[in-house]
Amino acid sequence: MKKILFISRHAPYGNSYAREALDALLAASAYDQNLSLLFMDDGVFQLLPNQNPTFIHQKNMAASLQALELYGIENIYCLSSSLIERGLNQTDLILENIKLIDTITTNSLISQQDQLISF
Amino acid sequence: MLFSLVILSAPYSNQSSMTAFEFAKTLLSEGHKIHRIFFYSDGIHNATSLSAPPQDEINLPVEWQQLSIKENIDLVVCVAAALRRGLLNDEEAKRYAKPAVNLLDNFEISGLGQLLEAAVVSDRLITFGA
Repeated sequence: MKKILFISRHAPYGNSYAREALDALLAASAYDQNLSLLFMDDGVFQLLPNQNPTFIHQKNMAASLQALELYGIENIYCLSSSLIERGLNQTDLILENIKLIDTITTNSLISQQDQLISF
Repeated sequence: MLFSLVILSAPYSNQSSMTAFEFAKTLLSEGHKIHRIFFYSDGIHNATSLSAPPQDEINLPVEWQQLSIKENIDLVVCVAAALRRGLLNDEEAKRYAKPAVNLLDNFEISGLGQLLEAAVVSDRLITFGA
């Protein structure tokens, strides 16, 4: 079993990175590997509640992220400095089991992995 | 060392695909092996048979194809990303009743499982274009 970290660094709308990162991660969950997910940079915008992308003809990313639990992906991290830099509040993020981690912990998380897939 | 590459950006509009191609050639010249190159997101445009750049510019899809033939490298395009962007092989064109086929020979359309498999069997997985 390999440790594979998916890193999601883009905002939920405007381009397809966030959605295709999630698609890849959910597909990967079928293969019995040790998977983790890290939100950083603009990727933290995916975690905001009250997203309403109907008028831009997109699916709601926050709703899609709820599927992570169903797919058994429990190691979900958010780089806290990315929140702070964007003036976002740590208390009202979706995904109850998300772990807020600082830069040093993030460095250690990354260095523990066998593979990184960055979106 | 055994490498796999993930390519997420289109040729020409983003330098990353060209960087990935140069990286791939350098890996091979340094004695490394490449297990697979996985094209995902806008990276699927690297697999079109219809690109026709001016003669003094590189036709990157054809370069990938030639590298694949010469070095026996697996070129895999994600089916979900390809269908959304209008890149089809014979089978998919028939399935969706589309009038054309534009997947270049030596590229294969397959699922995201091929990305995960590449991550598992390779020593290093390198992402380009995110």
